[in-house]
Amino acid sequence: MKIAVVVRQVPDLIEPVEIADSGKAVDLEGAAFRANEADDLALEQAILIKEKFGPSAVTVVALDFGDIDNTLYAAAAKGADRIIKIPYDQAQPPAPKQAAAMYAEVIRSLGADLVLVGTYAHDELESTLAPLVALKLDLPFVGVVRGVRPSADGSIATVFKEFPGAAVAKMNVKLPALLGILSADEPPRYVPVSRIRSAMKTAKIEEQEVGAAALTSVATIQRLHHPAVGQRAEILQGSVDQVAAKIVSILREKGVLK
Amino acid sequence: MAVDHARVNPELEFLTQLDVAPGRKTVLNCMQCGMCSGSCPLANAMEYPPRQMILHARSGYLDDVLKSPSLWMCIGCYTCSYRCPRAVELADGLWPAMRDKAMQNGVQPPTEVRDAFQNVFKYGNALGQSPRKRMGWAEQLDVPVRDLSKERAPVEVLWLVCDYPAYHPRNRVVTRAFARILTALGIRWGVLGNKERAIGDCEQIFGEEGLFESLVEYNRELFGKHQFEKIVLLDPHSYRSMERFYPRFGAKYPVEHYTTFLAHRMDQVKALLTRPVEATVTYHDNCCVGRRCECYDPPRALLEAIPGVKLVEMAHNRGDALCCGGMWLDAHIAAHGGDRLSDRRIREAADTQAGVLAVSCPFELSRFEDSAKVVGLEGRIKVRDIVELLAESMDLGEKETP
Repeated sequence: MKIAVVVRQVPDLIEPVEIADSGKAVDLEGAAFRANEADDLALEQAILIKEKFGPSAVTVVALDFGDIDNTLYAAAAKGADRIIKIPYDQAQPPAPKQAAAMYAEVIRSLGADLVLVGTYAHDELESTLAPLVALKLDLPFVGVVRGVRPSADGSIATVFKEFPGAAVAKMNVKLPALLGILSADEPPRYVPVSRIRSAMKTAKIEEQEVGAAALTSVATIQRLHHPAVGQRAEILQGSVDQVAAKIVSILREKGVLK
Repeated sequence: MAVDHARVNPELEFLTQLDVAPGRKTVLNCMQCGMCSGSCPLANAMEYPPRQMILHARSGYLDDVLKSPSLWMCIGCYTCSYRCPRAVELADGLWPAMRDKAMQNGVQPPTEVRDAFQNVFKYGNALGQSPRKRMGWAEQLDVPVRDLSKERAPVEVLWLVCDYPAYHPRNRVVTRAFARILTALGIRWGVLGNKERAIGDCEQIFGEEGLFESLVEYNRELFGKHQFEKIVLLDPHSYRSMERFYPRFGAKYPVEHYTTFLAHRMDQVKALLTRPVEATVTYHDNCCVGRRCECYDPPRALLEAIPGVKLVEMAHNRGDALCCGGMWLDAHIAAHGGDRLSDRRIREAADTQAGVLAVSCPFELSRFEDSAKVVGLEGRIKVRDIVELLAESMDLGEKETP
């Protein structure tokens, strides 16, 4: 079974998120990046399928953005067979529709039976990537998936899709298909650093150019701003001790604490 | 006649070719006396207590040990190694090597350990904090800090602040006090600012050899750019790592834990200890400066030099001191029925009737303070770093003690 996984870079929230001077984008100058959490889970699900359901090849596809090389080497250390990056030289990530076109072009050339994309990314402002890639590839799509079991012959996959209220639908999907991954059967595995370092020496990052996707965004951002304080909200100010004292006094006032 | 052990058990090469410190021996010297299991504070909760780990590994069942949760019950207190009559290198040798091998075989470490490893790999500190905020401790400081990452200059003391003293709010109080003490002693000191990264002691004990090596490489290059006479640390784990494991990679430095560093300047220190600190104090020997380095007297000498301090000893002290419970394994140990060692230790401290439990390791302040709350001793016994007590007597402490 050929499995393709999309892994995006997102700003690492370890650093404060600042709004750029334009007022229309996040300031990525000097930002730290990390692999998108849901994509990391998609990769884990792919590796688990490879380990449990017979011979499979996992290919990771990523844009050359942020700290992508380290993310790709870590993916190779975890067990990805191929790591591909798409050249990209813009300061801001592409809008989802444009990104979907770029990923789809590479994934189409792989002839993947199963495509896994994280169901969310914390920097997505407009729309989710996974259904857009499915649309571009003309593949069946199931989102918010938290477990995947391909059949022995690889013709269908049993997927577990989560609904509000912790309801779970078990459904069979004909392959090829694209799944939006919420979580994997196991948390993302830890690989020892020695393995990552060895992957840096032995694994090869393939570069695959894609045609210029002259797609514009569906929506344009007019203004990006921090959440405004609502009328019923009180933002506590001051030092940690002052804020803690204020919280205690509010809890007392409301009768939660005696 | 020499026995061909390798013919019996192919893993023996792994078990016997570990790097051991001078005077220490490999696992083939184990005579199965059980001193390690009898001494281990968590053996009662282990599927394979230390002696059985060795027995099984030596008998060709290493794989069973590697898959057992017991492998991750050891918090590195070193009592097994310290008491072993055959001087087998356990806590600093065999257990880390087994963990390394387990992880290479795909065994997943407990979540807290995994998070700490990932944080250190990505951010250079186990707390998962921004490397750019490493100097946050110095923001409210009233003495000048020589940040060598901004202004390179030769110094007498290169102070490696380390992760907890740099980031943890409780420890930052101690860190600032130490900065004032160094300044008051007239020492030309500097720090590495936001360039500093973890030394890697816990990574090594927990078996992440590759991560440890990458930290050594980074630090060796960083230290090589600076001129200093001595490295001083508040963290005994990092101190011990630099003293014992860094030389293995050709990274050898004159390094001192703050307790010995200050004790060596006792006359100068004493001259500054002007205000009495009226307290009965008991000292907790940490596992690195204590058992591993057998450095028991300098911390006590510092405490006894403080006017007003009356030093009393706990039932377990010096080489027999109980461990505080270490780092990163609380949830794993609790899940497998092990005790919280800091709870045990704080009760023992309170039994001495001391009003202050003095420590010299940054992990211990918040650990013991939490335990004091858990076992109902909050208000009855305070936990203070030796640095805080010295600073109070020197009138260099912070006005508000937490």
